[in-house]
Amino acid sequence: MGILSKKDAALILDPLADNNPITIQVLGICSALAITAELEASIVMAVSVLFVMGMGNVVISLMRNIIPSKIRIIVQLVVVATLVIVVDQVLKAFAYELSKTLSVFVGLIITNCIIMGRFEAFALANGPKRSFLDGIGNAAGYGFILVVIGFFRELLGSGTLLGIKVLGDPIEKTGLYAFGYENNGFMLLSPMALIVVGIIIWVQRSRNPALIEEN
Amino acid sequence: MAINTDKNTYTIAFAAVMVVIVGALLAFLASALSAKISENERLEKQQNILYAMGVNENEGSGSVSFIGTDKVAEAFNTYIKDQLVLEGDKVTSNDAAYLIDLKKEESNAKAGKTRRLPVFVGEKDNKEFYIIPMRGKGLWDAIWGYVAVDKNMIVVAVDKNMIVQGVYFDHKGETPGLGANIKQRYFMDDFIGESILNNGNYVGISVAKGNNDPANELKTDNEVDALAGATITGDGVSAMIKQSISLYKPFLQTIASN
Repeated sequence: MGILSKKDAALILDPLADNNPITIQVLGICSALAITAELEASIVMAVSVLFVMGMGNVVISLMRNIIPSKIRIIVQLVVVATLVIVVDQVLKAFAYELSKTLSVFVGLIITNCIIMGRFEAFALANGPKRSFLDGIGNAAGYGFILVVIGFFRELLGSGTLLGIKVLGDPIEKTGLYAFGYENNGFMLLSPMALIVVGIIIWVQRSRNPALIEEN
Repeated sequence: MAINTDKNTYTIAFAAVMVVIVGALLAFLASALSAKISENERLEKQQNILYAMGVNENEGSGSVSFIGTDKVAEAFNTYIKDQLVLEGDKVTSNDAAYLIDLKKEESNAKAGKTRRLPVFVGEKDNKEFYIIPMRGKGLWDAIWGYVAVDKNMIVVAVDKNMIVQGVYFDHKGETPGLGANIKQRYFMDDFIGESILNNGNYVGISVAKGNNDPANELKTDNEVDALAGATITGDGVSAMIKQSISLYKPFLQTIASN
């Protein structure tokens, strides 16, 4: 890593695997359940969180020495909410179509506990550059898991990927459906998101036993 | 840094300054962008109304595609022959009827005032359409849409029928991949050709589970196949259609008897 020191690079790379916000810290589960029935929605959410978390971490980090500790959580909420509203309004004016797809996510981004968690745990104690990298890293780790869940839920639940019928047409009985394959409607319901997360956690911990907590 | 951030006065001052800055920023942004945003919303309404009567750029069986924003104003003038506002028994023409806020009218009606009901009269390929706006509740938030019915009656058995020529649905916050699919073309296309009448009663069209007609070949059953995992949104759509049809029933009866 030419530009980044080893320590800085770890800020981005750790959350992708061994310190993943969803599978290891088990944060942000609520939004992972809500929007992963489709791959497209997962990607949109991942990008939005990437933006808000990168920016938010920088803002909080710049203000870290002047934020009164008694109301720091409120300040963090205000920063996230402001950023989200600014993005929402600008998109509504200049990219109306895109803003319509995003409208569902606005509330979910504000309440995403990973964002608050990183503000609290990292940005309040570190400089803007490192905070930015940490924000990007954690958002990427979150987004990666979201995309994986979205991929399996859309593929097995609707037989499509990004809206394209990859397995054939279930009504015309073409492709895989000609052999009696059926979509699993259960994949579309939120419990399956948790089960998919569980499977990812299982795979990850059996590959790296160091991640298993002692009882 | 030398500031004591634990002092109460500092905390209160910080909160006050923060609120003023954030408030000013958001207020400035909102007023700077509001003209552009409401213009976008106006064009979207025109696109939606035209979509319901079949003026769109749909290709094959793909996704929903509206007439372009650069052409919509002109197309709206061409295809929409008249915009009517129903107020009690009174019917007036009003060129801005499509801008009527249904939510506001709904609360007016609750407050005991007469509700204004907009209807759009469209004409395409020598066919006349009546486009009715709808508004209802989904699982999380509001859903709305337009339904276009056809004046040319088709006689089915003993009944005159009122056939849906197209619908458009949209929503504020339904679950992506489940309820949000009401604005997918495969769902909206199912409504085309369905009748809103049953034995002369204005029953609307229900979104039904297990109606043994997933390909939607039966057009006289007043039902379309539901979306899996979106029961409450689907019920919301049924209720919305039913309620709007009942509001417009006197008007539809007048067209039907002409």
